[in-house]
Amino acid sequence: MATRPDENVWLIEEQEFSIGELAQLSGLSESEVRELVDYGAITPVRHDAPQWIFKGDCLVTVRAAGRLRASFELEPHALALVIALLDRVRSLEAELGGMRARMPR
Amino acid sequence: MKYKDYYEILGVKRDASADNIKKAYRKLAHQYHPDVSKDPKGEEKFKEVAEAYETLKDAEKRAAYDQLGLHQPGEEFRPPPDWGPQHGTGDANFSFQDIDLEDLLAGLTGGRHRAGRGGAAMQFPGQDYEVTAHVSLEDAFRGTEVELSLSVAEPDAQGQVRRVPRTFKVRIPKGATDGQRLRLAGKGGKGINGGRDGDLYLNIALHPHPLFRVSGHDLFLDLPLAPWEAVLGAEVEIPTLAGPVKLKVPPHTRAGRQLRLGGRGLPRAQGGEGALYAIAQIVVPTASNERELALYRQLAEISTFNPRGHFQQEVSHGH
Repeated sequence: MATRPDENVWLIEEQEFSIGELAQLSGLSESEVRELVDYGAITPVRHDAPQWIFKGDCLVTVRAAGRLRASFELEPHALALVIALLDRVRSLEAELGGMRARMPR
Repeated sequence: MKYKDYYEILGVKRDASADNIKKAYRKLAHQYHPDVSKDPKGEEKFKEVAEAYETLKDAEKRAAYDQLGLHQPGEEFRPPPDWGPQHGTGDANFSFQDIDLEDLLAGLTGGRHRAGRGGAAMQFPGQDYEVTAHVSLEDAFRGTEVELSLSVAEPDAQGQVRRVPRTFKVRIPKGATDGQRLRLAGKGGKGINGGRDGDLYLNIALHPHPLFRVSGHDLFLDLPLAPWEAVLGAEVEIPTLAGPVKLKVPPHTRAGRQLRLGGRGLPRAQGGEGALYAIAQIVVPTASNERELALYRQLAEISTFNPRGHFQQEVSHGH
């Protein structure tokens, strides 16, 4: 585990998680997390490394995937699609928020 | 124990088919699921909907729920005397106080053996708690401590899950910004039979600030300038989160120009700070005295500046 038990940490890019940790913390199985990688919904830091390592923001994504799978009974491909679209919505919202901040009132 | 009308929550009749219950749930879940919905009350509504569906989708739980009888939503009630033994509460002196209907019904399919009342000692991880901490921009800048109150489901000594209030004091390190998440490992619900403890996830939501707008760790501030300050340049005092600073406005600053003050934004957790951008706005006085007006007239006479010169140029290019 990349963090000590009593340490509060930002889920920012500096935090790293193994595939096992992502599975444990999201309620998905390792094979379901692997499928999210295969479908491009999340990307490990280095795809060709023997042990995949993921940045902290992937935990936010896989936890959302865990909730969505449970709530909507989604099969892996549909789940990956929903996650990818939600990530796009989030990045567009962040971009829009940044543009609004730059707009004089 | 308070009664909840699960059929009413899902908007279906009491004799609705399993298929119709599923359809009603899906429609409401699309509307209120916190990962999908923008409704500020979506999460709360989704919890109700998910709780109702959790019971009504399962034939055994639905039958047990139906046997509780029909009451007004929110009405205090006790299950009928023959309900307990049949469905496993067992003890006639069992107290239903502080028990949530959801937790009672969850117990029908393993909730209690999970909590350790007999059965195989299977390990279960503790529940993760996810809460939003609303903090001011000033507190995010300095770092702060917030107190969060949650009502959480915890098994009592008999293994029955009951709602208990819990308060968490959480230190938010400086460098928080809107939408960031903090994970406190092991601060969620207790694991069962040696399972790992859950985690506490904190979503940071910044209160809107009357002066500063936030984008990531950068701050944006409108800087009103008088027309002569914009033309002649000026040294003006502007507020920052660390206190007022002097800012040099260069001559001929046009409206909308962003004057950057490095290091005056929010601190970043990994070191360094964002920037503060002062956005120039040319502000015209609402009233002017005779002498001011005379000076403006004099300026209008001698100036060759045409702010709409490009209109003519663009129109002739267009044709």
